[in-house]
Amino acid sequence: MHPRPRRVLAASAATLAALSMAACASSDRDESGGDSAESEGGGTFVFGGAGDPTMFDPAFATDGETFRVTRQIYEGLLTNEPGTADLAPALAESYEVSEDGLTYTFALREGVTFHDGTDFNADAVCFNFDRWYNFEGLAASPAASEYWQNNFGGFASTPDVPSLYAGCEAPDETTAVLTLTETTSKFPAVLALPSFAIQSPTALEQYAADELGGNGDALTYTEYGLEHPTGTGPFRFDSWDQGNGEVTIVKNDDYWGDAPGVDEIVFRSIPDGNTRRQELQAGSIDGYDLVAPADYQTLEDGGFQVLPRDPFNILYLGMNGGGIEGTSANPALQDIRVRQAIAHAIDRDTIVSSLLPEGAEAAIEFVPPAVDGWTEDVTTYDYDPARSQALLAEAGAAGTTLRFYYPTAVSRPYLPDPGAMYEVISKNLTDAGFTVEPVSLPWNPDYLDAVQAGAADVHLLGWTGDYNDAYNFIGTFFADAGGGKMKAEFGGWSAPEVFSALAAGDSEPDTEARGPLYEQANVAIMDFLPAVPISHAPNALVVAENVDGLIPSPLSAEDFSTVTVG
Amino acid sequence: MTASLGNRRERIDALAARAGQVPDDGGGVSLTRSAFRRLRRDPVAILGAVIVVLFLLVAVFAPWLAPRDPLEQALLSEVRQGFIPGAREGFPLGVDQLGRDELSRLIYGSRQSLMIGVISTVLGAAAGMALGVLAGAFGGWVDTVVMRFVDIILSIPGLLMAISISVLLGQNQYALMIAIAVTQVPVFARLLRGSMLAQRDSDYAVAAKALGVKPSRIVLGHVLPNSLSPVIVQATLSLATAIIEAAALSYLGLGDPNIGRPEWGAMLSNAQAVLSFRPQLAIYPALCIIVVALGFTLLGESLREALDPKFRR
Amino acid sequence: MLRFIVRRLVQLVPILLGLSVLLFAWLRALPGGPAQAALGERATPEDIARYNEVFGLDQPVLVQYGKFVGRALQLDFGTSSRTGRAVTTEFLERFPGTVELTIFAMVFAIGVGIPLGYLAARKHGSWIDSTSVIGSLLGVAIPVFFLAYLLRLAFAVELGWLPGSGRQDVRIDATHISNFYVLDGLLTREWDAAWDALQHLVLPGIALGTIPLAIIVRITRASVLEVVNEDYVRTANAKGLAAKTVRQRHIIRNALLPVSTTIGLQTGLLLSGAVLTETVFAFGGVGSALADAIANRDYALLQGFILILAIVYVVANLLVDISYGLLDPRVRVR
Repeated sequence: MHPRPRRVLAASAATLAALSMAACASSDRDESGGDSAESEGGGTFVFGGAGDPTMFDPAFATDGETFRVTRQIYEGLLTNEPGTADLAPALAESYEVSEDGLTYTFALREGVTFHDGTDFNADAVCFNFDRWYNFEGLAASPAASEYWQNNFGGFASTPDVPSLYAGCEAPDETTAVLTLTETTSKFPAVLALPSFAIQSPTALEQYAADELGGNGDALTYTEYGLEHPTGTGPFRFDSWDQGNGEVTIVKNDDYWGDAPGVDEIVFRSIPDGNTRRQELQAGSIDGYDLVAPADYQTLEDGGFQVLPRDPFNILYLGMNGGGIEGTSANPALQDIRVRQAIAHAIDRDTIVSSLLPEGAEAAIEFVPPAVDGWTEDVTTYDYDPARSQALLAEAGAAGTTLRFYYPTAVSRPYLPDPGAMYEVISKNLTDAGFTVEPVSLPWNPDYLDAVQAGAADVHLLGWTGDYNDAYNFIGTFFADAGGGKMKAEFGGWSAPEVFSALAAGDSEPDTEARGPLYEQANVAIMDFLPAVPISHAPNALVVAENVDGLIPSPLSAEDFSTVTVG
Repeated sequence: MTASLGNRRERIDALAARAGQVPDDGGGVSLTRSAFRRLRRDPVAILGAVIVVLFLLVAVFAPWLAPRDPLEQALLSEVRQGFIPGAREGFPLGVDQLGRDELSRLIYGSRQSLMIGVISTVLGAAAGMALGVLAGAFGGWVDTVVMRFVDIILSIPGLLMAISISVLLGQNQYALMIAIAVTQVPVFARLLRGSMLAQRDSDYAVAAKALGVKPSRIVLGHVLPNSLSPVIVQATLSLATAIIEAAALSYLGLGDPNIGRPEWGAMLSNAQAVLSFRPQLAIYPALCIIVVALGFTLLGESLREALDPKFRR
Repeated sequence: MLRFIVRRLVQLVPILLGLSVLLFAWLRALPGGPAQAALGERATPEDIARYNEVFGLDQPVLVQYGKFVGRALQLDFGTSSRTGRAVTTEFLERFPGTVELTIFAMVFAIGVGIPLGYLAARKHGSWIDSTSVIGSLLGVAIPVFFLAYLLRLAFAVELGWLPGSGRQDVRIDATHISNFYVLDGLLTREWDAAWDALQHLVLPGIALGTIPLAIIVRITRASVLEVVNEDYVRTANAKGLAAKTVRQRHIIRNALLPVSTTIGLQTGLLLSGAVLTETVFAFGGVGSALADAIANRDYALLQGFILILAIVYVVANLLVDISYGLLDPRVRVR
């Protein structure tokens, strides 16, 4: 008879607990909202990205997933014409440049407010520029504000590093004047980049947007960046469920422009490409990015819309010049014949036909054909393994070992399958008489940190253009990074002809006159051969049948406000 | 922890005891012989044995059996995104995403599986047996310490343990083998300990000790041979597990960094990207893994049933 | 009874201690050391020195170990090097999902496995028997991730009957209190959310539960076969008891004893399987977090999660041992 009373007691205790829990719990649902509306426009658009964003303060961001979100909630002075790399007005309706190319006067849009109600005006614009220029400590470290450093240079707190930024004035509410220290090809195109979006001064101050934590490369972000990003865009930030990898943004009812086509967008992080595809096929998401080329046909047959982006990118095999202290590169690479041997060893045509989607092209230089400054008069290196072997023998470097770095756990617009690309090129190299030693690292941050510090002998990397100017490609790669050497990724090659040709193009204020100068730069580069260009590849987004209005951008800078579902 | 394996332990103890009571003429011969006779008539055992032998033959004679070099990207120029050439002359099972002959890759892949499976099981068994003998022979606090150590290993679930070790030792095949070996240690340790404990009190052991025979001779000459049958059974079963675990670790990206080298788990993982238009590339390696694992399991289970007097069919 | 429990608890301590030493040593032994692991390849010697100072890595090993244990006792298991959040937070966010998945898998394995094993044993030698045996052998031989992929392809993509990934459809506005989605839905009376969460458990649950199912079928079958031939069953039948009574009172009760102990062992298998299953189904639980941590070299998170999971596993086994002691008085005496 022992167990009975105990059992009853236990049972009643359990029931009591359950009942009290049920009583305490209540639904957070907004009764009027209910399930997704089937009305005209509105509804939720669910989009699958390839990874998690870092946080939502674009001044500190470098990755595409973060920018995908921030592009919807912030705006800059300028933007890109949808589907192109051309500039278009955004928060600035128009601008004027002074004769010497140093002063830009922007006429700002009126009647715009930030999501927190603060007015947008010239003071807000200057507040943002001054904020960036005055970064110090962790905020000014390479890991934090990379885009400012790559484009504008230094800060007020780093007088040794020259800066493009001279100052910002706000003569009246709707006029902002930016002064530069020198003429540059980057302006004003660089203002369309997502890192230079204008953020609410009130929110920036209120939530301590500059107080980064952590140490060295392991940064922790601010309350502003994680919870209260505030811009002027068609959507505003709602929430970030990190456990499930879902970012939610909702329609901004007070937006100055056309109202967005949906009420809400949820960005889901789905790192595995196969899973993204299956999610779309199962109907759990309405679209995703970085479609594997092998899936294009299957998806089209299934009634989905594959939206190709123009191939505004370059994939290259970087080579190490051995000029960076603290790194040990294969000295054989300093012999031009060895580099030429590598260039002749790579079977670009087979790579393009078999590994890349339709519309891909073999690259003969480091800018895509659509960019002003591309020329076919460069030295080309046709696929010729016999010639490679001859060159190697001549240089006395037959069998030399190359440490070949390639990334894992990633898919890039110019490199959909790094593993496959590595396998094919490494076989090309071994057939030509090299020995290959593979090193694979996860893309972010290990791989990027390693190759950008000059750890590899050869490595795979690429670049999608930020705007339509050749310097954005070849200048970013091969310009003098200080002390007469190229940046560490390329092992600090010393190439004076390349440097001067690039500088000539960059400092030319007349945009029309830049083309021929860049062509000369491309010729110089392909003669020096600091790296080997491989391919330009289109890449694509895909959306469900009932989705309209998503215009693919060659810069991967899609605007989701024109999207409608159903 | 000790209670949960009580049932199995009892059985093994009984088996070991049975084996120990046989007069010393090589150890348990008549039991083994009768078991063998039973096995020869058991269709399941035959099937398992055939699979295992075939697998061993293919792995050993791979270079002669495979039609082509598994690394040669022979038909790469015909591969397209969304299309992979199928079976044709010279390529009986078609090619993979980089134009390499699939059949050759499967054949060479058996070598990897065999090597990883055998080495990790041998390592795990050796280490486990050593620990088990130590625990059983010395008893007392040695026994407690060793078994606690084994419990600690057991407290980390198998795959997680393998992951930790792979990460620690870097991404290479030897790390994989050691990682899997470690997960095999506890089973063998308990097996041998049980065997030791059962035999310590057997007539033979007591008599030998009284006669002054050195303990090491008792262990090597008597205990180990008598524990052979359950160890073989367990080793066969562990091999099956090892092969599957190796595939899982490859799937998680912890396998051979030399990604071109054919290995069934890696081939299966890579095939998922092309499943919609060339599912064969996933089915072939999966079948290989399943059939081989099954073969070892069938053989091991049949051996166990044949050697266990309690089990009546 | 109490003494039995206390004794078991005491036996736990050296295991947990040993675990902590092992994992502490593991993180220290990783290539590059914990500083490198946290800071990445580009860390300069000054960065590393600074990190070591901040985290007390330049102090004697024993002191560090002491602090490590101290922090663990306060449930501080470090910080993820990828997201910068506390490992404990990450774990608590994701653990409920894995628990729901594991419970579903076990319910599936037990609910299908025991009746099937019983049936196979009672119809010894029939086609049901052979199919069950073959099926259970296959179940253990198929790699879990391949099975998961097939299930998803068949039922989510081709047939569209069930969702193929995630824990919940984002379009459903669900309120989350405990992070146990099914439970949350029930508590807040959001029935559609609960139903949706349950649907998301089906495919991964079946994939995950296949190996335990196979094992339970085999053990149940073997155990029932053994019991059926035991003396007390023959006695009961000879006594003239109705077959049903014989079944209930003798066969099932005694056959279930070994089955219930394997269920405790299954937890370990399930945790391992969860890593693979959750990855294939993009299910936001502990398993997929582990797989991501491997890919991202987030060693801090790996160490923290493995330590927590090992503790959970050990405690789960303890509970099983205790329940076994409740069921079988013979065990308590040992």
